[in-house]
Amino acid sequence: MSAVPLQPPRRLVEFTLDGEPVRVPEGSTLLDACRAAGKDVPTLCQGDTLTPKNACRVCMVEVEGARTLAPACSRRAEAGMEVRTDSERARHSRKLVLELLASSTDLSTTPRAAEWIEEYGAEPGRFGEDAATVAEEPKVDNDLYVRDYDKCILCYKCVDACGEQWQNTFAIAVAGRGFDARISTEHDAPLTDSACVYCGNCIEVCPTGALSFKTEFDMREAGTWDEERQTETTTVCAYCGVGCNLTLHVQDNDIVKVSSPHDNPVTHGNLCIKGRFGYQHVQQH
Amino acid sequence: MDLHFGDSKPTDEERAAVDALLGPPDSAWEGSDDRTDTDLRWAKGGHTARGRRDQLLPGLHALNDRVGWISEGGLDYLCRRLTVPPAEAYGVATFYSMFSLKPRPRTVVRVCTDIACAGPSADLCTSLESRLGPADTPVEGGAVWERSPCLGLCERAPAALVIRAGTDADAVAAAADAAGSAGSAGSAGSAGSAGSAGSAPPETAVERPAVAAESGAYAVVAPATPHALVEAARDPGAAAAEPAPVGAVPQAGGPGRDRLALLHRVGRVDPASLDDYRAFDGYAALRRAFTLGPAGVIREVTDSGLLGRGGAAFPTGRKWQATAAQPDHPHYLVCNADESEPGTFKDRVLMEGDPYALIEAMTIAGYATGAHRGYLYLRGEYPRARRRIEHALAAARTRGLLGPDVLGQGYAFDIEVRRGAGAYICGEETAIFNSVEGYRGEPRSKPPFPVEKGLFGKPTVVNNVETLVNVLPVLTMGAEAYAATGTGASTGPKLFCVSGSVSRPGLYELPFGATLGELLRLAGQPDPERLRAVLLGGAAGGFVRPDELDIPLTFEGTREAGTTLGSGVVLALDDSVPLPRVLLRIAEFFRDESCGQCVPCRVGTVRQEEALTRLLDRRNGEAADTAADVALLREVGAAMRDASICGLGQTAWNAVESAIDRLGAYA
Ligand code: SF4
Ligand code: SF4
Ligand code: SF4
Ligand code: FES
Repeated sequence: MSAVPLQPPRRLVEFTLDGEPVRVPEGSTLLDACRAAGKDVPTLCQGDTLTPKNACRVCMVEVEGARTLAPACSRRAEAGMEVRTDSERARHSRKLVLELLASSTDLSTTPRAAEWIEEYGAEPGRFGEDAATVAEEPKVDNDLYVRDYDKCILCYKCVDACGEQWQNTFAIAVAGRGFDARISTEHDAPLTDSACVYCGNCIEVCPTGALSFKTEFDMREAGTWDEERQTETTTVCAYCGVGCNLTLHVQDNDIVKVSSPHDNPVTHGNLCIKGRFGYQHVQQH
Repeated sequence: MDLHFGDSKPTDEERAAVDALLGPPDSAWEGSDDRTDTDLRWAKGGHTARGRRDQLLPGLHALNDRVGWISEGGLDYLCRRLTVPPAEAYGVATFYSMFSLKPRPRTVVRVCTDIACAGPSADLCTSLESRLGPADTPVEGGAVWERSPCLGLCERAPAALVIRAGTDADAVAAAADAAGSAGSAGSAGSAGSAGSAGSAPPETAVERPAVAAESGAYAVVAPATPHALVEAARDPGAAAAEPAPVGAVPQAGGPGRDRLALLHRVGRVDPASLDDYRAFDGYAALRRAFTLGPAGVIREVTDSGLLGRGGAAFPTGRKWQATAAQPDHPHYLVCNADESEPGTFKDRVLMEGDPYALIEAMTIAGYATGAHRGYLYLRGEYPRARRRIEHALAAARTRGLLGPDVLGQGYAFDIEVRRGAGAYICGEETAIFNSVEGYRGEPRSKPPFPVEKGLFGKPTVVNNVETLVNVLPVLTMGAEAYAATGTGASTGPKLFCVSGSVSRPGLYELPFGATLGELLRLAGQPDPERLRAVLLGGAAGGFVRPDELDIPLTFEGTREAGTTLGSGVVLALDDSVPLPRVLLRIAEFFRDESCGQCVPCRVGTVRQEEALTRLLDRRNGEAADTAADVALLREVGAAMRDASICGLGQTAWNAVESAIDRLGAYA
């Protein structure tokens, strides 16, 4: 039996990307095509294990003849399309999206945010001192992980991971509307009163660090979090026979968080509470 | 799914409200209090239980209607009944502005402060503040008042809606309404000619049934005075009856009445009488449809050149054809009656004044596209339209005009009314699907398009009320005669909702091609010297100048003039109206109504509002700062237009941009 299911060969679609002809398998997104061509398009709500909600709009590209820009992460390539990733309009929208996000939320732990802000010349400060922010306090209501929605960009990934795309627990959802929309449990109850089973699969997909291990949160508060000093060791979870991979992040000989490789064909980065958080017995203190 | 419920229990009232909708629970799995031995042996749930997810919104209404708000216990009970995770249901409930998840008094007064009402309602709000206390704050005696987006009563500004929660608000109101509508046909003849629509004679005095204290009730108070509103808040059941719908149709009293193709019945037939409707040509179009067959109907509609009246101007025949051709079944029909564009009230007048017309038109659309079920998504702020439609639906069913065998032709069709709950975005064609299905009313990304995957993932045709009602003259007159009206590219008649600074505000029907000036003259345009601007197409539309009144009111004519017909809003502003304030109000509207899904719109509408607030406050300040804010608005606007998921974000800057570019605002 083959580990990789065989599929009928896919047809190729040919279109133009930034003036160059490219061919991608049918069904590929424009983002797939960009990546295959070595083009760096910023993404936030897209994730390798989820169907994107295409809500962040930071990956916009220009499709010739279309009234509006298109989200590269979700628009499928069609034969004959003419796509520009670097047009004035596309760059303008990306810059503005970065400014709008950075002026309303804390992107300090969002990987690559600072780099993109510089690349696109975004100036989040120009909306003024009084520009509204989401203004949330971290929610520390359990010993395992922290929800700091001041950093949340509402990418829907955690909701999708917790709900129908992976965990099927539906402990969290988007509540409210517009700028007041937040990720929330029912009636904003603490996690301990919700359906959460602490699988941490939401943490795994969160692109901003809004969801983080309590260990990481505490160490960041104390100023001792230092990724440079961390090693990552991937191993197999010892609790049951499923065979999930665990990646142990170790700093100064302590496990500080656990992630899971997204390319694992068994679990695609998902774990349960034991694999994700049950590592204390490994440590001596 | 991991269903997890808290300890809160529903009150008897809440349980009764939900059970009245869903029937009593079958087992402890669905929230029955007594757990039986059988319950312990068989788990009930799975697909069947989850298959009723679309009852979530009606269930939330049931709780909110009965108690005035939705408690933890009530929500939990509803979730158990429907196998919906509470977090999701909470997310859905908090999406709609008419629901409260916190305790509040049973009586809620919503005062419209949107564009058409803004001027006249300013004093009203001040007066309410002194009589009832500040907005959003419960007062002694059990009422709370709040500012509301457009209530769709623009011809009777300022408008207010009073809602009292309690038992059977609908039954009580329906009884009163049935008594009232009997007189409406009689009083209608004299209405309309009387100067302003607001002064149209009210319906014959209604004898209200005695109402117990805990009964629910609605009252529409427009034009509202502080006194009438405070009285209505005290006892909405005793408020004066609304004027007849014909009061909103100034042409109804005029000589050209017989030439009206869409409004000719309003005021002439009793909206509660199916016989009246039939006596006035009713159901002639459906009969013709049955002789033509589905393909014939689609051909006729295509040949008529009918374009969608909701704003996008898509050819209706093509949409029907694309849906009818889908191999996947069932097909659905959705009528978009969630009219919430500020300044629009045409659907309300049609549904209140001629409800059978819409039902007949929906039946034809369903027949042509192969749908056996139609959903009428009606905005939550239209209690009278809902009652009249519900009444008409029941009558049509009894007479075999809906049901398993429509007119004995072997075609099965029925219509279900789904009530919105205060969310402009649910008028977006894919947001409607999510709302009906019991999810947050967030637009879906397209493709796939509704004709392919729409409601419940099935091929769906979505039309708005005006578009559908146009199908009747298409079939009775024939495509050729219909297409002879209007211009080559915009065929047929068009409805215009005229409000603002005119002496005869109301709903007008004109053939496509009349100019803006002609329409305004008909509506009693003020001294042309005083006209400052006209807003076309509502908040998502654009302003034009008083020297542009020769713009032909057609899709192509407005496009050529760089503006839009939108949904048919024509709002005249004279020089007494402070433009920067109107612009800020529009920006507030979009900020409030953004679903929050995508960043350009969620944050962009906030930044737009902030910049407009600065511009308003500064007014005579630094020219450099003003220029900087205008530049900022342009940049944010461009990103909203280019990068937002749906039409709301894409058009949220249109009106402001047109005010800057055409009217020279802030120059
Ligand atoms: S930890 Fe797991 S169950 Fe809990 S919210 Fe996150 S994804 Fe859902
Ligand atoms: S918490 Fe993280 S994953 Fe969830 S919506 Fe916010 S940013 Fe996205
Ligand atoms: S444009 Fe606005 S309303 Fe539309 S999907 Fe985006 S956030 Fe929602
Ligand atoms: S990554 Fe494409 S819209 Fe977010």
